[in-house]
Amino acid sequence: MNDGASAFATALALIVSGDPEFLGIVGLSLGVTLTAVLISCVVGMPLGALLAVARFPGRGALVVAFNALMGLPPVVVGLLVYLALSRSGPLGALGLLYTPAAMVIAQTILVTPIVAALTRQAVADLNAEYDEYLRALGADRVETIGTLLWDARFSLATAALAGFGRASAEVGAVMIVGGNIAHVTRVMTTTIALETSRGELALALGLGIVLLAISLGVNAAVMGVRTQAERVGHA
Amino acid sequence: MEERPDDRPDLPPHLRPEAREDGRGLWPVRIEDATLSAGGRRLLDGLSFALPAGGVTALMGPNGAGKSLALRMLAGLIRPDSGAVRWGAGETPIKGAVALVFQRPVLLRRSTAGNIDHALAIAGVPRRERAARRAGLLALAGLERLADRPARALSGGEAQRLALARALAARPRLLLLDEPTASLDPAAVAAIEDLARRIVAGGATVLLVTHDAGQARRLADRALFMHAGRIVEDAPAARLLAAPRSPQAQAYLAGRLLV
Repeated sequence: MNDGASAFATALALIVSGDPEFLGIVGLSLGVTLTAVLISCVVGMPLGALLAVARFPGRGALVVAFNALMGLPPVVVGLLVYLALSRSGPLGALGLLYTPAAMVIAQTILVTPIVAALTRQAVADLNAEYDEYLRALGADRVETIGTLLWDARFSLATAALAGFGRASAEVGAVMIVGGNIAHVTRVMTTTIALETSRGELALALGLGIVLLAISLGVNAAVMGVRTQAERVGHA
Repeated sequence: MEERPDDRPDLPPHLRPEAREDGRGLWPVRIEDATLSAGGRRLLDGLSFALPAGGVTALMGPNGAGKSLALRMLAGLIRPDSGAVRWGAGETPIKGAVALVFQRPVLLRRSTAGNIDHALAIAGVPRRERAARRAGLLALAGLERLADRPARALSGGEAQRLALARALAARPRLLLLDEPTASLDPAAVAAIEDLARRIVAGGATVLLVTHDAGQARRLADRALFMHAGRIVEDAPAARLLAAPRSPQAQAYLAGRLLV
């Protein structure tokens, strides 16, 4: 217990002092996760909207697939990305394995289905209400999707935050494809796993506190988005 | 001092129906011997009527007679199982030429002005002209002071005025109104009727679905009475409302007709 208490004190000191290694790990984590979430939104939101609006054969199967992919096990994604990026894999020539880019790829694969599925749900609900109006106006497909995405913007912000929460807390995939190399691919979650196993509790605890704070921040942001949506009459 | 709706000016020229030269014209807009079934029920059963340009036609009849379906067909939203809907020589409505206002207005999750801007953008109004058009439409509906208000926070009457103003964004020549004053208070009804009168004076043709015989008498010059998916009486509004000849219209106006 004494160990724990002193580790906690050292952890707080790490956070307050702005230790460069500590900050490097936090910075890389945020960089990788935010990049992955951004790409997921750019891909997943229009895709989700299209699934909500378009009628084509196989659409139902795609919707089920995306909903199922929301629960993808991160280690499996890590393994598949590893196989693709390893030297003998189809994308081995790119030399991306054990780089932050590989971690971004793995997290993007994890987060895109979440963003797409949540977007589809929000846009489908809205489309049920807007469909006749937009058709009577003579809106084309692009105008329709643009209108729905903009009017679902509060739900979409929540979807992006859900994706961010998933990516920032994820450890299995980035461990496999990043390799947890110090100063290169070591992020908060992988460092916590490593340092805890080595008995270095201070750094692990310090990073744990930052992760918790980020998680709290994301949840506060979700709540803020909801409150704002209700305030401007979106509810 | 606040301006009352009835002191407002006539429709300015840039809000009046646009005389588009499209080569095929719009009139008469008509439904020819249309049938439509759903869930084993025949909803429309040989529905036929034509609308020439100009004036207000009231479409009346009991709930379930098919009035809203007829409106949706004229807006191009649904097609009949058999029969035809025609806009002049065309088989689809010219974009922007026909506008539909729903009984319960569908308002976008944007400001009052944002709703109008959206309709102007879809109608293809150039960006530099939108501000003037938007200002004109807000003034027409008496919504200037509510321009920045979230549209979904408007009262029922304000919301329906916005829906009506927004429907004029594309300068339609035919305006389809589906019970636009159902569930509104008398002042809001008067404001909507006043707005409708100015729209008609500006040159638009209106087809109005209403259950309110008084409203039909005040606004319409022609009345169609619909029952069980077809027109059973087509007459000048004053005559049909005062002395209906079909047994269905007689029973309906006396308050004892069910489908």
